[in-house]
Amino acid sequence: MKRRESLKAIGLATLSTGLLLDSCSPDKAKVPLAPVASQPPAPADEVGRQAYEIARDKELHAATFFTPHEMATLTVLADIIIPKDEHSGSASDAKVPDFIEFIVKDIPEHQLPLRGGLRWLDLQCATRYGQPFVACTSAQQLELVTKIAYPKRATRDMLAGVAFFNRMRDLTATGFFTSKMGIADIGYVGNTPNRWTGVPADVLKQYGMEHV
Amino acid sequence: MSAFQIKKSGTVYDAIVVGSGAGGGMAGYVLAHAGLKVLMLEAGPFFDPLKDAQQLKFSYESPRRGASTTRPFGDFDAAFGGWELDGEPYTTKDKTEFNWFRARMLGGRTNHWGRISLRMGPQDFKSHHLDGLTDDWPITYDDVKPFYDKVDRLIGIYGTVEGLENEPDGIYLPPPKPRLNELFIKQGAAKAGVKVIPGRGSVLTEALPGNKDRGACFFCGQCGRSCKVYGDFSASSCLVIPALKTGNLKVIPNAMVREVLTGANGLATGVSYVDKQDLQEYEVKAKIVILGASAGESARLLLNSKSTSHPNGLANSSGVVGKYLHDSTGASLSGFLPQLMDRKRYNEDGVGSVHIYTPWWLDNKKLDFPRGYHIEYGGGMHMPAYGFGNGIQNLNGLVPGRDGKMKEAGGFGASLKDDYRRFYGTQVGMAGRGTAIAREDNYCEIDPDVVDKYGIPVLRFHYKWTDAEIKQAKHMQETFQSIMHEMGAIITSKIPGADTNYGLEAPGRIIHEVGTVRMGDDPKKSALNKWCQAHDCRNLFVVDASPFVQQGDKNATWTILALSMRTSEYILDQRKRLILS
Repeated sequence: MKRRESLKAIGLATLSTGLLLDSCSPDKAKVPLAPVASQPPAPADEVGRQAYEIARDKELHAATFFTPHEMATLTVLADIIIPKDEHSGSASDAKVPDFIEFIVKDIPEHQLPLRGGLRWLDLQCATRYGQPFVACTSAQQLELVTKIAYPKRATRDMLAGVAFFNRMRDLTATGFFTSKMGIADIGYVGNTPNRWTGVPADVLKQYGMEHV
Repeated sequence: MSAFQIKKSGTVYDAIVVGSGAGGGMAGYVLAHAGLKVLMLEAGPFFDPLKDAQQLKFSYESPRRGASTTRPFGDFDAAFGGWELDGEPYTTKDKTEFNWFRARMLGGRTNHWGRISLRMGPQDFKSHHLDGLTDDWPITYDDVKPFYDKVDRLIGIYGTVEGLENEPDGIYLPPPKPRLNELFIKQGAAKAGVKVIPGRGSVLTEALPGNKDRGACFFCGQCGRSCKVYGDFSASSCLVIPALKTGNLKVIPNAMVREVLTGANGLATGVSYVDKQDLQEYEVKAKIVILGASAGESARLLLNSKSTSHPNGLANSSGVVGKYLHDSTGASLSGFLPQLMDRKRYNEDGVGSVHIYTPWWLDNKKLDFPRGYHIEYGGGMHMPAYGFGNGIQNLNGLVPGRDGKMKEAGGFGASLKDDYRRFYGTQVGMAGRGTAIAREDNYCEIDPDVVDKYGIPVLRFHYKWTDAEIKQAKHMQETFQSIMHEMGAIITSKIPGADTNYGLEAPGRIIHEVGTVRMGDDPKKSALNKWCQAHDCRNLFVVDASPFVQQGDKNATWTILALSMRTSEYILDQRKRLILS
């Protein structure tokens, strides 16, 4: 079966024609389908998922881990890590805090370091500025974040904060760059039917790889 | 009447096949197409990639963004199962380690595998003369070659004819072109004296001649999710589902086989199984029983099938069942190419198998370890998924920023956000897959103390690496570093040393376990003859990776397929000659 026919068979007929170099075969071969038991169709996001996976996801979505105060703190931190710029929105624009709320329930090893780290942060702020992190001025917030964002220059008393911030930075980056907005920002243009014919000529030339 | 009773079917099938992966799937395919009435039992649910594949989903369509919480290779990976299954434990012995990956589903692990499809070579079948460390197969490459050829034509494989002595060529579709990072690898490897050739994978880079049911690859690079157009090889899409269309194959999913039943004459009469959904017990009958349950499960089944005729377990008068278990070795290293920072964006998903690889290129007589390995390469502009950007503080202090000045590692804000863009697509990774020596004292056996939730006694593993594998891993790491250096890459993984066996993965991690029901001419030293037929029970066959005497550094699937086809044709021939009924 040619590429074009196979894509039609799975409902991907609306491709830009330039993508596929195969000739368009006129005979519309019917794709024989494997026998499928007649049941009411499952929601799209449940097809091909095991029953326990579906049940587990529902359970996780129904539960809440972070308190409203913790969520507010996470949101400010996430936007300090990935702010809006000329290319795309901020972490919270891409709903990164919601992703972090889900992932700590999904991967519980994140729970203690994040909860404890948030508390550590508030305590540092209370000592220094007499306020929890979210109530501090932007300058105060950045002053503290700067103490924990650069592992090599961090002082010994800040190391717990460094470990927390490393984790927070990782989760923020993952949450942002796996969102629709982040994927557009990073410039990933795959996950779509195409014909791979090798590295584009201009790129080969740029790296002097024409003859490798 | 007792509530607990065994439901016995009166139907006698021509053959029962246990398992629906590469081995079982091929046996079902060949026998059903030849007109035999075949019953296939699969321990997991029915799975059709056309309907069930998670192909073409974006990371944000998974609440965990593709993390491997419930599926070890990520949320969109096709395998149902993993290293641990709820209610189906296994144990280890003498503080040794073995990791056992099981996929419970139609097609088994072939739904998610890497599609790297290598033939074993003449030296892999007859390797005893090299150093005396390994036993020879009772068959040669020439015995298997016609079946490799037929598998190539039936299933489809890309590659190039290279004429290498121990990397036999097949019948190939064109290979995918290298990606940009792979060109750097090729160049660097050449400088390091390491050969790199196009990959060999079972992906239809062009339409498969004569096949109307399978679509050609559309280059999403997601073979691991299984393919909705059947553009790559899964036993589900390419063997079992086509075999169902003959009307001669019946598949019972969710059937966990307990044991192979034998009659007073010692011959197999069928199998007993528990239905995982209704939890009822069943017995089904056939003239021939074929095991394709996996190297671990087939050994377990035989050892659990004790009777007066077979007191040591079925096909086990030699005592070898479970022994000679071996998995490929594996070690890896990763880094990034600073010269690829800020690279131009375009779609380089390619195929989901390897675009390039390095076959074993050295002579072990000049090295301090006995057998070789091949290298698989990775990297490039992949779809960002869970873990994307992790550890940027270990990267962004290593290279100058856009202004030419070195940056301080870590950070936050617009400048950090820009770093993620700059490093995107620069990664490069390499992984060795090598020959492990099959040893009698690396084995699985029945744990006398433990049963699974169905009451079936479980496997207990005993497996140790030796210097042969550890020194090979050391050599892998030296090679990787040399290639990384020659291509101008910066290594980001911690370079593993002697304390971690040079990064040698635990036995089982490479998921190439083979050898537990080995074939041979001598019934005292082997369980099966050269046709994968039990020495002790002539209507019992094993068609998965269990019969392997000694694996080469080649991934097992293509050889499983060829051997299963060969055994299936032998069965047909024996029936024709009325030697088997």
